[in-house]
Amino acid sequence: MSVFKTTATTLAALAATTAVAAAQSREQVQVAGSSTVLPYASIVAEAFAENTDFAAPVVQSGGSSAGLRQFCEGAGENTIDIANASRPISESEIETCRANGVDGIIEVRIGYDGIVFASQIDGPEFTAFEPEQWYHALAAQLPQDGEMVDNPNANWTDVDDTLPDAEILTFIPGTNHGTREVFNENVILAGCEASGAMEQILEINGGDEEAAEVTCMDIRSDGSAVEIQGDYTETLNRMNQNPDSVGVFGLAFYENNTGSLKVATMGGVEPNTETIASGEYPVSRPLFFYVKKPHIGVIPGLKEYAMFFVSDEVAGPGGPLAQYGLVPDPELAQTREKVENETTMSDE
Amino acid sequence: MTDATASGNAQGRSRSLKVLDERTRKRYAAEKRFRYYGMGAVGVGVLLLVILLVSILSNGLGAFRQTMFELEITLTQAQITEAEESLLKTSVYRGFIEENMRAALTEAGIADEVETSQAMELLGGDAGSTLRNWAVGQRVTPVPEPDEGVTRTFNFLADGRIDGYFKGRVTMESAERDSRVTPEELALADDLREAGVLRVEFNPGFLTMSDASENQPEAAGLGVAIVGSLYMMLIVLCLALPIGVCASIYLEEFAPKNKLTDLIEVNISNLAAVPSIVFGILGLAIFINFMGLPLSAPIVGGLVLTLMTLPTIIISTRAALKSVPPSIRSAALGVGASQMQTVFHHVLPLAAPGILTGTIIGLAQALGETAPLLLIGMVAFVQEYPAAPPEGLFDPASALPVQVYNWTQRADPAFFERASGAIIVLLVFLAIMNVTAVLLRRRFERRW
Repeated sequence: MSVFKTTATTLAALAATTAVAAAQSREQVQVAGSSTVLPYASIVAEAFAENTDFAAPVVQSGGSSAGLRQFCEGAGENTIDIANASRPISESEIETCRANGVDGIIEVRIGYDGIVFASQIDGPEFTAFEPEQWYHALAAQLPQDGEMVDNPNANWTDVDDTLPDAEILTFIPGTNHGTREVFNENVILAGCEASGAMEQILEINGGDEEAAEVTCMDIRSDGSAVEIQGDYTETLNRMNQNPDSVGVFGLAFYENNTGSLKVATMGGVEPNTETIASGEYPVSRPLFFYVKKPHIGVIPGLKEYAMFFVSDEVAGPGGPLAQYGLVPDPELAQTREKVENETTMSDE
Repeated sequence: MTDATASGNAQGRSRSLKVLDERTRKRYAAEKRFRYYGMGAVGVGVLLLVILLVSILSNGLGAFRQTMFELEITLTQAQITEAEESLLKTSVYRGFIEENMRAALTEAGIADEVETSQAMELLGGDAGSTLRNWAVGQRVTPVPEPDEGVTRTFNFLADGRIDGYFKGRVTMESAERDSRVTPEELALADDLREAGVLRVEFNPGFLTMSDASENQPEAAGLGVAIVGSLYMMLIVLCLALPIGVCASIYLEEFAPKNKLTDLIEVNISNLAAVPSIVFGILGLAIFINFMGLPLSAPIVGGLVLTLMTLPTIIISTRAALKSVPPSIRSAALGVGASQMQTVFHHVLPLAAPGILTGTIIGLAQALGETAPLLLIGMVAFVQEYPAAPPEGLFDPASALPVQVYNWTQRADPAFFERASGAIIVLLVFLAIMNVTAVLLRRRFERRW
């Protein structure tokens, strides 16, 4: 008998609490997206709760693409308010958003992040890289005597005599990361163009520029370039098992692990906040978050969080984000104005 | 004839029981070998367990100790008012701590050698907010004349790197290369420790504080995760136990044997083997998208884990009911009890220890689950404690295994220690549950 009673009471209680939940509105901002932006977002979320009367936002990670997909699932209290992204939102994603009733997206650029190439501190002397070396090391196929051949390079010395004698083994971000896009374009494609391979490919395929770009950015899949689907800690762990390898990291991650990693220059420029801010260092990308405008005024603290994030004290030079490794955006004031006026992407 | 058989026997094995013949020796040897294999298998298992425990304990015990920075702070009402009017209040409060640092260094007798700004580097990131939490309560408006100010001695958390130095994680050599700490700071930390300003002590905050950002690993704790896990276990217990027991009693005692009940039985066994991530997808589709329950809430996590635990409970409950001898049922029915009276007065009490054991093991399984929580937004950075139930069940919360997963992904090596510490807490919870299950079985089990 008691079993029936317990069940009945529990179900009744459950129904009652569900009703309560439907009546009460969400009190905290929900954020999801890029694992690169996650540390910054959690620093801001923490400071936001410490310094205001609002509840601390909940920050999920999972990658830019996953975050934006969740963002575009629809509007309403059981959907997220902000998507973090390490790349700009794509046209198709904006389309999906619109189709699902998410109208009015505010794009907020928070700063820049550098992508650095690092190896184990006691490993081979990888101190300077050029984009063409990476292209030659990682391309799936290279042009040779008027035709495309499978990449024959197995050792870094095959690529360039000045590089250390070590087997080519690199850990690069997987295609689910925004970082990968920047890596492909600013390193591999740049290297393809700089080495003259681009012209040769164009000759071979008869001048189809788009196809040539795709050929350039096709990464070999024979084990020399390992795609990391997880985050930088996974890259670091894999490198610990392979001391001769080279990994691709975000600047902030490297700066937190300078005890175990050494960084190489790219194109002769050392990556640091100054060279990235000035654009001298070739491999950097902007970081964003996207706000659902219809949620402003419904979810308490949403606009305040966005404003807090882009304030000079937080995202500006010397603030906690810069301290962690974010390269401050020189145009932060404009971004702030955009958030203040709630300017959506379609208004711009 | 008899001669022939006798000689035949003599060839095969000896007649004496004291001298072992070839075949018996072989049989004995085989048995001995098998025993060694068995001992070897157990040995490998124990060895792996020991390795696991040693590595977790050696990495994680440090998380339960924390370096504290003792500092006396005096604030004037004017200062509090000034700080409360700025945007980044905690950094203004941090500035006030720096003003009070000189006195502490003088007391330690090293004021001449170091700058206060250098000593500030030893202080953890949350010092400003710790001070603010106290100062807001001390605030008097408007600012009184004369403004006397308030004083209190604080035990601030020391910076994660300094903490790591005292625990052996950071060394002078690694500090040389580390951009977050310098060997000079470590030397200063040594001096301050001698002066009694810095102390390494037990850290209850690890169990009570909420998660912290990457700027302040020293302030990260398991509080929200423990509460979240507790809420979810509560929901699982309240839903899975009654539903599971009802279902199994019906299937075992009342249901007719036909194709339909066979189908149900097969499906329950299948459900028990479904990967847990599948339940997460189900939870997202039904509880969040369809029913509109909030993201990251323990209620959704609890419901998903209930679905996952139900088959385990049903299977073990049915096994417990089956093991009650039919003679008990026959006797009860024989003296005129109805079928329901038979079940509730006689069968169920006898099956209770088995049911409880199954339930606890199911709960322990659910406690360690991360995958189904991934899709319902519980794998997240959650800083705020959920309210008391029932409203709190709808507030965002984290869970113990989720916290382990989150911390292993952070850049700062200090979080690795915290992750191992969280594993220890999780293992302790699991051990308590499993031991309870064993004890219950020992205490109440009846044999026939």
